[in-house]
Amino acid sequence: MSGQMNLTLKVWRQTNIKDKGQFVTYQANDIADDMSFLEMLDIVNDDLTRKGEDPIYFDHDCREGICGMCSLVINGRPHGPEYGTTTCQLHMRSFHDGQTIVIEPWRAAAFPVLKDLAVDRTSFERIQQAGGYVNVNTGGVPDANSIPIPKRIADEAFESATCIGCGACVAACKNASAMLFVSAKISQFALLPQGQTERYERAQSMVDQMDAEGFGNCTNTGACEAECPVGIKMTNIARMNREYFTAKLFREEDVHN
Amino acid sequence: MSKSKPVLTSSLGKKLVMSLTGLFLCTFLIVHLIGNFQLFNDDLGYSFNNYAYFMTHFTPIKVVSYLLYASIIIHAVYALILTIKNKAARPIQYKETDGKANSTWNSRNMGILGTVLLIFIATHMQNFWFQYKFGTTPYVEYRTEIATGDRQTDQFDNVPDNYNGYLKTENDGIETIKSKDLYTQVAVTFKNPLLVLFYVVAMGALSFHLIHGFQSAFQTVGFNHRRYIGVIRAIGVWGFGVIIPVLFALMPLYFYFLK
Amino acid sequence: MLDSKVPAGPLAEKWSKHKFNMKLVNPANKRKFTIIVVGTGLAGASAAASLAELGYNVKTFCYQDSPRRAHSIAAQGGINAAKNYQNDGDSVYRLFYDTIKGGDYRAREANVHRLAEVSVNIIDQCVAQGVPFAREYGGLLDNRSFGGAQVSRTFYARGQTGQQLLLGAYSALNRQIQKGKVTSYTRHEMLDLVKIDGHARGIVTRDMISGKIETHEGHAVLLCTGGYGNVFFLSTNAMGCNVTAAWRAHKRGAYFANPCYTQIHPTCIPVTGDHQSKLTLMSESLRNDGRVWVPKTKEVAAKLRKGELHPADIKEDDRDYFLERKYPSFGNLVPRDVASRNAKEAVDDERGVGKSGVAVFLDFADAIARLGEDTVRAKYGNLFDMYHKITDENPYKQPMRIYPAVHYTMGGIWVDYNLMTTVPGLYALGECNFSDHGANRLGASALMQGLSDGYFVIPFTVGDYLANLGSFAPVDKNHPAFEETRKEVEANVNALLALRGTKTVDDIHKELGKIMWEYCGMARTAEGLTKAKGMIQELRKDFWKNANVLGNNEELNMSLEKAGRVADFLELGELMVDDALNRNESCGGHFRLESQTEEGEALRNDEDYTYVAAWQYTADNQPEVLHKEELIFENVKLTQRSYK
Repeated sequence: MSGQMNLTLKVWRQTNIKDKGQFVTYQANDIADDMSFLEMLDIVNDDLTRKGEDPIYFDHDCREGICGMCSLVINGRPHGPEYGTTTCQLHMRSFHDGQTIVIEPWRAAAFPVLKDLAVDRTSFERIQQAGGYVNVNTGGVPDANSIPIPKRIADEAFESATCIGCGACVAACKNASAMLFVSAKISQFALLPQGQTERYERAQSMVDQMDAEGFGNCTNTGACEAECPVGIKMTNIARMNREYFTAKLFREEDVHN
Repeated sequence: MSKSKPVLTSSLGKKLVMSLTGLFLCTFLIVHLIGNFQLFNDDLGYSFNNYAYFMTHFTPIKVVSYLLYASIIIHAVYALILTIKNKAARPIQYKETDGKANSTWNSRNMGILGTVLLIFIATHMQNFWFQYKFGTTPYVEYRTEIATGDRQTDQFDNVPDNYNGYLKTENDGIETIKSKDLYTQVAVTFKNPLLVLFYVVAMGALSFHLIHGFQSAFQTVGFNHRRYIGVIRAIGVWGFGVIIPVLFALMPLYFYFLK
Repeated sequence: MLDSKVPAGPLAEKWSKHKFNMKLVNPANKRKFTIIVVGTGLAGASAAASLAELGYNVKTFCYQDSPRRAHSIAAQGGINAAKNYQNDGDSVYRLFYDTIKGGDYRAREANVHRLAEVSVNIIDQCVAQGVPFAREYGGLLDNRSFGGAQVSRTFYARGQTGQQLLLGAYSALNRQIQKGKVTSYTRHEMLDLVKIDGHARGIVTRDMISGKIETHEGHAVLLCTGGYGNVFFLSTNAMGCNVTAAWRAHKRGAYFANPCYTQIHPTCIPVTGDHQSKLTLMSESLRNDGRVWVPKTKEVAAKLRKGELHPADIKEDDRDYFLERKYPSFGNLVPRDVASRNAKEAVDDERGVGKSGVAVFLDFADAIARLGEDTVRAKYGNLFDMYHKITDENPYKQPMRIYPAVHYTMGGIWVDYNLMTTVPGLYALGECNFSDHGANRLGASALMQGLSDGYFVIPFTVGDYLANLGSFAPVDKNHPAFEETRKEVEANVNALLALRGTKTVDDIHKELGKIMWEYCGMARTAEGLTKAKGMIQELRKDFWKNANVLGNNEELNMSLEKAGRVADFLELGELMVDDALNRNESCGGHFRLESQTEEGEALRNDEDYTYVAAWQYTADNQPEVLHKEELIFENVKLTQRSYK
């Protein structure tokens, strides 16, 4: 059932954030097609370790496509050639014997490379901290069923909330724009009644932080939506724009910091 | 408490400027196209030259035209600013990219298309607007018998005093119009095959620019809803991507091949 | 004998009375205290946010690049709460009772009752944070029944409940980070606990980017570091899940309770080969419509494995629907431990399927015939897609192959009613502690426990401890204990970096996993466990001699990260085996072949083992000392579980 293949890997190697880095070519032999892409890299790393060479550092954790830790631009595509799939859920049957695979880290000024294929995504953290929450303390909240939410609104909010924060949208965008990520969070709260009180302040402060981090602008190419492993839609960006312009044009207020 | 940044300095604000100026330019295209239909009137430029005079001397239109020039400049300048920012957002490029897997070619190359259009606009203005205003556009005199509509047309060179390029008189049931002959300017200009080719190519660029740009402008201002996005896309693709550029492109072809 | 500090009084009043009796810290004084929270999953994030809201200064630590990536995020099914929104007879008491019974009577009554009490607040809290739970058309919250429960009390957000709950807690945490009340340290791993005068007063961490070994001081330390399932190498845990923080705390005096209680989940995607790095769970809701079977005979199974036969070729008469056959009333819906053990029996009997023979079928052909493919797709589409993606087999056309995998660890750091460990000032929350699930955890209860501990228990109990300190003085960060502990950690890191053997750390981890799975997995015997103990000891020596740890401590170093974790797993593995050997009874996830009924079911020995086994570390290579906490059941009657 499972075929074996030999592959040539061109992998970005970079010792640390200051290093210039370069591509290094490796051979990956006897790779089974039912392996995941990261398991293939595990094998390459095992070989490197045995040879006394530094293994390739890459981010990964849950390996079930939900934590958002894994990344990699594989042959020019964030998370590899399959749509709707994270790198950890990508299997080697998507490749063929003798293929050359180019593996690069996410590239963005706001995502500096820490080592090899791992980048620093704390810019995403700071954007979330700027307003990606509802201001409620633990305790003293109303009963969960006291505010009915129409099912289609709850479902739509869920679709936005399902973002795993991996950064593939930034990696895919030719402008390294983070708008899909930011708009997903703004949308979730803009849709739900719980998010209404700070709806407009949130849009402004999160957009401000996004700009401050040095992400690019949206030119609506749709690459983010196409490459998003969990199918976040560009309608979120339109909603973010509405929220932001509404805030600016009609509701200029102080922004909480 | 800190104030949020002013709207026009933000990324979204800049995009809003792109969007609004772009949409304004789109509406201009419609007006421009309808006006230029006069070129197809087989009246030796009578209606076209009248239209040209009206467009350049009617005050509200003049105001709008300054808005138009401003829009072009702002659209281009903001595009430049955004492009510089966007390039800075990815200082190290990928070794390999597979853009066609996730986006259309034109959406990724709006800058190139826009640059072609900017060069086109400059050429176009030089070809006609500049010549009409300051250049070597010839003169024409139309004598029309009002009762019958019979018309005689003459070139003339002896420009009267205080002549601003247009003079309309009515005597003995004959309407006399002395006008700058932009129509002939057009006809002559479009005998240059290289220029005709350039105009057609530029209309191709316009098509690709607007197929992405029109719906993108709506997305940016926040209009993206499954209820009507289909209509916006259809107008963008068929209206601004096909009909308008094709009709514009027909004009140089018409003069080159049929006149 | 350990003191669980369970307050006196009737079960239902214990927590409210206790809350009243605990001392409070004046609002103005809260800001004089600093609390360290290690781990940012449901327990950690919720605790950190709630404590910061109260006014404490909080420092959080996680090894991932963001608190949001903690493995709570991967929980699929849902979260239980005794809301009784469905009017189907649920109550706090019923949730309490189900949890105690499901845990096979090896959990502490008072803790479980408190868990059931606060479960209702959790849902309110999450909804207020903007967690998009599933709703009915009328706009009210939807519930489903889960894990064979007789009431519908499970709240869910499609198949991503853990993600949505964690993002809720993470947003609350972010709010406090923004306010400056929480300092978040990402890509940091805790490598030791600092004690001053017997109290937990800080931790030693390693900045995984720079390699810097740092000390952090605080008035209390909360371990919210999850479970230790990765001791088996293959599990449904994330690759980075580890026991290091808990284990180092254990070595500093925190007792480790019931380490042998591990939960093995029946519906996971089987292992395909040696390269496998982790296992993927599919929601057990699949068992509602899927039928579990293997061929009746070894011969047919052998042909299947070779590919000479296809599952569809096997006639109904030649199939053994073993769960339906053995448990006519529960059928395919028997609890996790029973389903898992029976799958193992079939495989041990050489009737397993798939290329490796280590799998059983979960067949939807009947369901598709009865309900139609569209209905099945609507119910399980995302799971079928996931299965298809991973295995390249279409489950609409051929039966799924499933096999049990390690999923959750009920054991953990011993805590009293206040969630305090045996080290004063050191707390353990969520899966990291042992407290609420006994010997087996029910579905949709892990999320409930993590959030209950973090949102609604620790904010009260930690205050009591701090109020009783009698001082608001900051922890002296120049106390020699910090430097001493830091040096020890450094020495340990250097010892690991000096290893230049021939085996990779993963090689050894895989070997450990195989030993644990074989002898301390779904079925355990005294003989096997004794053998395993020897093997683990050998393996540990092998590790410290032959492992190869590359690189230095000045940059991200994967080898080093893994090595430190495996070193601790090797020690924990031995303790698990000791504990399993000590507990000569079967209960929940712990099945001793010596202790079963005539029908082959788990047989408890309530006379001798109705206690929590809490182990005290003494010294390296010395046996750990067993301390017992008697479990006293005042409210429920112990019965034999039966699913016939």
